[in-house]
Amino acid sequence: MSLGKLIERLLQLVPVLLGVTLIVFVMMALTPGDPVQIMIGDQTITPEQEEALRRGLGLDRPIVERFFVFLGNAAQGDFGQSFYHRRPVADVISERLPATIELSLVALIVALVTAIPLGVLAAIRKNSIFDKLATVGSLLGVSLPGFWFGILLIMLFAVQWHILPVSGRIGYASEVPTITGFLLIDTLLHGNLPAFWDAVKHLILPAVTLGLPMTAILMRVTRTSMLEVLRQDYVTFADAKGLSRRRVLFRHALKNALIPTVSVAAIETGSLLGGNMIVETVFGWPGLGRLVVESIFLRNYPLVQAAVLLYAVIYVGLNFFADILYTILNPRVKL
Amino acid sequence: MSALLEVRGLRTVFHTRAGEVWAVDGVDVEVRRGECLGIVGESGSGKSVTFASVMGLVRSPGRVAEGQIVFEGRDLRALSAREMRAVRGKEIAMTMQDALTALNPALTVGEQIREALEAHDETLPARGQARRAAIRAKSVEMLGLVGIPSAESRLRQYPHEFSGGMRQRIMIAIALACRPKLLIADEPTTALDVTIQAQVLELITDIRARLGMSVVLITHDLGVVAEHCDRVMVMYAGQVVESGPTEDVIASPRHPYTRGLLASIPRPGLRGQPIKPIEGQVPDLIGMPPQCRFYSRCPLRRDACLAPVAMRPAGEGRSARCVLLDEVPA
Ligand SMILES: Nc1ncnc2c1ncn2[C@@H]1O[C@H](COP(=O)(O)OP(=O)(O)OP(=O)(O)O)[C@@H](O)[C@H]1O
Ligand code: SF4
Ligand SMILES: [Mg+2]
Repeated sequence: MSLGKLIERLLQLVPVLLGVTLIVFVMMALTPGDPVQIMIGDQTITPEQEEALRRGLGLDRPIVERFFVFLGNAAQGDFGQSFYHRRPVADVISERLPATIELSLVALIVALVTAIPLGVLAAIRKNSIFDKLATVGSLLGVSLPGFWFGILLIMLFAVQWHILPVSGRIGYASEVPTITGFLLIDTLLHGNLPAFWDAVKHLILPAVTLGLPMTAILMRVTRTSMLEVLRQDYVTFADAKGLSRRRVLFRHALKNALIPTVSVAAIETGSLLGGNMIVETVFGWPGLGRLVVESIFLRNYPLVQAAVLLYAVIYVGLNFFADILYTILNPRVKL
Repeated sequence: MSALLEVRGLRTVFHTRAGEVWAVDGVDVEVRRGECLGIVGESGSGKSVTFASVMGLVRSPGRVAEGQIVFEGRDLRALSAREMRAVRGKEIAMTMQDALTALNPALTVGEQIREALEAHDETLPARGQARRAAIRAKSVEMLGLVGIPSAESRLRQYPHEFSGGMRQRIMIAIALACRPKLLIADEPTTALDVTIQAQVLELITDIRARLGMSVVLITHDLGVVAEHCDRVMVMYAGQVVESGPTEDVIASPRHPYTRGLLASIPRPGLRGQPIKPIEGQVPDLIGMPPQCRFYSRCPLRRDACLAPVAMRPAGEGRSARCVLLDEVPA
């Protein structure tokens, strides 16, 4: 990985971020609803008060001017104040971010840990009952709407069987002072095992819901690339050497078959961001996704803009990371 | 001389959408101890599938349907998958037709040699530093044997860091790592340029003499056969059409197909000439009528050839599949 390549990637980020900002501004401008009216709600205020409020939020300026003011400030790391919270957007977002990252990482791990073995098994037992069930399952996995699946899980595991909590990150009784913001880590740092377990239980349903489409996709990718790899001469040659079946499958075949799986996983992690909005809303998860959804309803423009920019940066970063992983896994490619 | 490998009535079929393809249809092979047997025939005649069948490496949609494969008195078809793995690589080793795709791109060359040794070599120390050192020494020795310089440092490299000829040699080194009794070399030189071809063949002949192993050399090149093989077997459309000592077969071919092959090559410079196909096409293997398979292309065909034609003795240590042998005694 050369420095030049890194700089090139960073420069590519500039037009992406500009474009994303522009799109968000245009969409916000086209969306009906006025943040000031929403803030006022059914309180009665004078037109002068309303005008002052509008001016205070900078909403009295023309949209084009607001766009450039936002760009100028953002370039200096200032994303403005959240209309709703009356605090810097950056602060509000960074408070919510760990919850989202924790949920996404666990969802990613759940997806990898289930998808890879299932995909390999489906490939080895091609056309078996298992393979066909896995195909149907993965089709369902990508096509089931996340909110529907999440509610179904809540109804079964929380409402019906009372095994897992309905929503939230942790029970009130288990709350611990924040250290890193990642509850799985914080509870352990406090040595509070019951709280850790409580956090795990809260994580299961949202992580499964969030990870399901990814599991389905990764399973298909693993199955397809495994089948492709099993046809290769080097697998036949490995067999001709009299190696154990385990070694042929896992060392020779899987090592190559995982290259696409891992790349797709890194890229698909970006799509978890979108999934987060739905899953966090369904499960009352206090993360960035739910914050963004709420902010859209409140027409809390600065927060939405900053969050979308952050999403774009993460997305581009993940693609970059996928490329790096690809080179690490594939000795033939040099970046 | 006793036979090391004896194949009788081998039939291997591929179930394709178009129908059943009998890629190998009643093939007998005998490989004697210490000899080099050449296998020639046009593309698609079933050379590779025959020996993939011997190795137990025919994959779906293919299947070995019939026949006996006896290696040192053991019927390989009766072995369990596990027992067969102990034979592959250890007793019978194979190099693949295409060296560029036969080495795993994601594993270092060192690992690909090491795993072969680990699978079969019982003389290695059981564990620890001594085992690692022994494996390393053997790996370096094998690469040295096939003429790869500074082997020690190259063990850490990946296949793509080697030239085509080097990869071919590495594949041979891997195949030979466990001192097999039989090496099946499937077109070991096709992908290589002429000078490297010669080196690789010299290498195989040289190692054969040193290790006392038998070699099956599959090739398109009759010159290679003339130079390196004790006996030769000519295949056509899934069957053996002629076999015998190389010199005799080349000096006086008995089967019209063999004659055609030889006639298409200028005599003194046999070497380096690819087989030029004889007039006409190799017949479609699907739904083949039970007649002589060479019938459609044979300049000497007659009505008798429309019945099934079996192999016939054709002189000292020779046989051929042609009705003409009944008329002109060998
Ligand atoms: N996987 C497969 N599926 C279907 N048919 C196959 C398959 N592999 C081989 N065959 C059939 O077997 C026939 C013999 O193939 P084989 O590879 O043994 O030929 P060959 O003599 O080694 O030719 P070449 O000189 O090109 O290597 C082919 O013509 C093809 O019809
Ligand atoms: S059997 Fe007949 S057709 Fe076949 S090779 Fe002999 S002469 Fe030709
Ligand atoms: Mg072949």
